[in-house]
Parts: sequence; structure tokens; C-alpha cells
Amino acid sequence: MEPVIIDHVQKELDRFAQKKVYIHLETTNGAYASHFNESFFSSGAYIRNALLQYEHGKITGNGPFRVGLKMSFGWVYAEGITHFEVDDKGRLLLAGHDFSGKLAVSLQLSEQPF
Amino acid sequence: MEKERHVLVVFPHPDDEAFGVSGTIASYTKSGIPVTYACLTLGEMGRNMGNPPFATRETLPQIRKKELQDAADVLGITDLRMLGYRDKTVEFEDEAVLAAHMGSIIEEVKPSLIITFYPGYAVHPDHDATGAAVIKAVKDMPENERPKVHCVAFSNNCEEEIGQADIVNNVSDVADLKLAAIKAHVSQTQLMAAEMEEQLKNQDPAVMARIHNERFWTYKF
Ligand SMILES: [Zn+2]
Repeated sequence: MEPVIIDHVQKELDRFAQKKVYIHLETTNGAYASHFNESFFSSGAYIRNALLQYEHGKITGNGPFRVGLKMSFGWVYAEGITHFEVDDKGRLLLAGHDFSGKLAVSLQLSEQPF
Repeated sequence: MEKERHVLVVFPHPDDEAFGVSGTIASYTKSGIPVTYACLTLGEMGRNMGNPPFATRETLPQIRKKELQDAADVLGITDLRMLGYRDKTVEFEDEAVLAAHMGSIIEEVKPSLIITFYPGYAVHPDHDATGAAVIKAVKDMPENERPKVHCVAFSNNCEEEIGQADIVNNVSDVADLKLAAIKAHVSQTQLMAAEMEEQLKNQDPAVMARIHNERFWTYKF
């Protein structure tokens, strides 16, 4: 992956707009967070291969970035995005890595199921 | 260490075997005791991607699969099974089906000893769910056919609730293999392994003790 280039990611978000796309969306602080720090409130969410269609998508912020997808009946959004990649299958992989390099959030789009 | 006929190791994540058990595994294989390692997932949801990141959410499974195979080779494990569950979802599987799957492996391998996580005391939900499925499978066997089960526990409350580990294996003989197994999981351990090697070089007593002694709780049915 490489650090987000905002214009490049925006072009990719436009490419997937108004198509049926499979979404991977995940936030995580790791299963050990509360083990190492018992006052830490562990939380996260994960959805893989939700099939949806968005009207338009946008990346904003000064880094880490935010990405929002507007659907006719709702929204998808992710915060803390630092890196991106278009992989060899043409999928857009967005991820946010924390200060130690650990994955904290990921939002991925594909025309085929992941 | 007691002589075994066959050892079955069951963990959910590639690298679960590396930290607390790889010395024990290497000691068994070195003395000619076959070890089967059933690993439920490929650690698909791991958070370590390398720094700077060289893995992505989508490439991580293949990378970790290769690391797992490398670690198994280092440890002399000739029967490595990847069971195809997905990381962080094991606890949501049907418990009876999962236990039956574990049971079928136990029946086929016929181990004299199983090593797995102590359910309730292994921190990660996948660890607890895996241990619980193995325990259920063994419980369902006739008492006289049950293998021994040695559990790994490391939750903050474990000693308070289940007491001290009753089995402590000194694995200093195979410490080099243990380090090599830890290092095989490059994507997950690159920073930690370097630090550990440094501490070992300085003979840091706490680290030496942690690496040279592997602790298990015999499960009482
Ligand atoms: Zn684990």
C-alpha cells in the first residue's frame, strides 16, 4: 500500500459509483487491547461483502482522511484512512494504520465478492 | 517431559504456536514424537501489516499461510492442517458443529496428548472458542479413550482462578528453534523478535525465563 494520494483515491471512488459493489468495512482495536490495558474499552465492527450501490463517494480531510459513500437510502463512511492500493484484481483497498503501523480501519470496494 | 505417542496441537491463529508452545513442539519432534498441528484460521484479521505496511487485508492470508508453513518446517511438524475458518469468527460458529469437527480430527489422529487454549482464560475470543470446542470433543469421548489435554492460559486472572500451571517444560535446549519459529511469522513478529533477540543477548533474566519455560494447565474433566 502507499500513502493516500487524494486525487487518485477520488478517481477510484468515482469509478465504482453507481455500480453494484461489494464492500469490506472494518474497524478494530485488536482483541488484546483490554488485556494489556484493563481500562481500555474494546470495540470494533466488521462487514464483509455487503452488496450496495452508491451515488457518489468522496475522500476529504488533511490526513488521516475520511471517506464517505452516499447511497440513495443511507451512508457508508470510514475515518482514519492513511493508505491505499488498487490491487491486481482492480479492487480499491483503503486502510488506516495507527502510529505503530497496526491496521485500525479498512474500507474496500470490489465489483466481485472478496 | 513425558513420552508421547502422538501430539495434536489445536490453535486458531498462525503464530499461536510460536510464543508459548514452540519449544515444547520442537522437543517432541526432536525425540521422534509426531506432532499434528491443526490451525483453524489464517489470521486474516491480523492488525500487523509490517511497518511500513507490506501486507493488505487481502494479501495477509496468503502471507500468513506461508509463514505458518515456514514455522511448521522449523519445528519439524510434518502434519500441518489449515482448517479454513475465518479469523475473529470462530466464536460465532455453531458450537456443536465445531466440536464435532475437532472430534473427527482427534479420532483420526488418535493423539496421546492434545495442546490447546484453556477456554475462558486465553484472552482472544477465538482462543477461548477453540479451546472450548476441543474440550467438548474430548468430554464426549468415553473416559478411558480420552487423551490428556494440556492447556495454555494467559489471561490476567488465570492464576487467581485456576491456580499455577502444573506442567512447566524447560525448552532451553531448543531455544534457537523457538526463536526461529517466532521469526518465521515475519508479518506479525518482526519488531518483537528483534527486541527479544537483543534481550536474550543481554541475558535479561525475565525474558530468558519466559522463553525457556513453557507452562501448561492439565485440563481436569
Ligand atoms: Zn491467537
